[in-house]
Amino acid sequence: MADTLIEALALLLHLDPQVLVIVWLSFRVGIAAVTLATLIGLPLGAFVAVARFPGRDALTVFLNAMMGLPSVVVGVIVYLLLSRSGPLGSFGLLFSPPAMILAQTILVVPLMAALTRQIVEDAWRDYAQEFRSMRYSLADNVGTLLYDCRFSLVVALLAGMGRSMSEVGAVMIVGGNIEGFTRTMTTAIALETAKGDLPLSIALGIVLIAVVLALNTAAFGLRRWAMRRYG
Amino acid sequence: MFPIRLADVSFMPDGRNVLSGVNLEIADEGITTVLGPNGSGKTVLLRLVAGLLAPHAGSVHWNGGTVPAAGIAMVFQQPILLRTSVLHNAALGLKPLGLPRRERQRRALGVLERVGLAHRAEDSARRLSGGERQRLALARAWLMQPRLLLLDEPTAALDPTATEAVEQIIRSIRTDGARILMTTHNLGQAMRISDDIVFLAGGCVRERTPANRFFSRPQSPEARLFIQGELPWRISFDD
Repeated sequence: MADTLIEALALLLHLDPQVLVIVWLSFRVGIAAVTLATLIGLPLGAFVAVARFPGRDALTVFLNAMMGLPSVVVGVIVYLLLSRSGPLGSFGLLFSPPAMILAQTILVVPLMAALTRQIVEDAWRDYAQEFRSMRYSLADNVGTLLYDCRFSLVVALLAGMGRSMSEVGAVMIVGGNIEGFTRTMTTAIALETAKGDLPLSIALGIVLIAVVLALNTAAFGLRRWAMRRYG
Repeated sequence: MFPIRLADVSFMPDGRNVLSGVNLEIADEGITTVLGPNGSGKTVLLRLVAGLLAPHAGSVHWNGGTVPAAGIAMVFQQPILLRTSVLHNAALGLKPLGLPRRERQRRALGVLERVGLAHRAEDSARRLSGGERQRLALARAWLMQPRLLLLDEPTAALDPTATEAVEQIIRSIRTDGARILMTTHNLGQAMRISDDIVFLAGGCVRERTPANRFFSRPQSPEARLFIQGELPWRISFDD
């Protein structure tokens, strides 16, 4: 056990190229997916919080339910879409990083939209009359509320990043876990553990935990700074 | 926009009579103060005039039309200030106009100077004192160049110095051409700045008279008791 841990630390300290490639790809895919999910999920969540339209309650329930969307189901759906006989098969994206980004985006959007809806709706209760008195349009309401809730919305970003970085099922199915091309930290851990290569699994696990800790520390610091700066 | 006419307006959320059979006309000049005990419907009246609430019975017409006119601004008792700078908060009122950001900020800085907050333009709005918050809310409304400004207890919980500053700003906005309709519990303030008084009690308009006459010779018995500090609508804790 101790030997395994020492080997894992050595891999990290020597900046093992295999580890670096896997970590780099995980970051690229995770950041791209969360960026896309932010661009879609935040305005969508704020829109649902502010707008009144038929089916709003149903959409709210749907978004909440989709927070628990099983990743393997998303993997299968994206696989079917991108496979040669699927509607997007002609793009040749299956078993590539863009396919992994697409799958993770689909997984993260409902999570971010649902959290955003809750945060923005709470603010909207206080702000609605004031914004109406200033004759704000729906777009003005959505933009201003997202801006004012920006420090609280860090939670949604963190949750999205957490889901994206820790997800295995969907990226395994649509990425194929190809070494040096679509192998992420989570798929590598699953594979290497099954093969008995525990040092690499543990090294990647340490990186994953460090990333989660770093993100949460940064978010905590940001919120504390924002409270001091803006009240 | 003017005249604004409320005809037989009733407002009854959940069957509760907040306003009942209110008739009121608001012409285009002066400062009108709505007085009355807590729960008499003052805030609801302002929100109906702003078009933020719809009456359950009766009608509100803005210059004969049923759509709330543009050019109405409202300052709430506890104004919402965003987690950003004083300058940014002041400029919020200009957002619907689609002006370039630089122009919005230039105008906002101008109005902040007029309310004595230019030196705090870059500070966080949520760090302001109660009086400064109200001055900022007034600045935001002033920037919209309203023809009608509605003020819901603009000096509630302010000390006399802050109250005087707010009153000065209200007079300046009026001089700029805005019609003002406000509520207050401060009788001294109502006496100082009002042209006329609307007195509400039990959800009904009991009288509307010029301010000097209201305080020297109130017409309704309810208003007389209110001014004398006698409280027939006193809150009872008895079973």
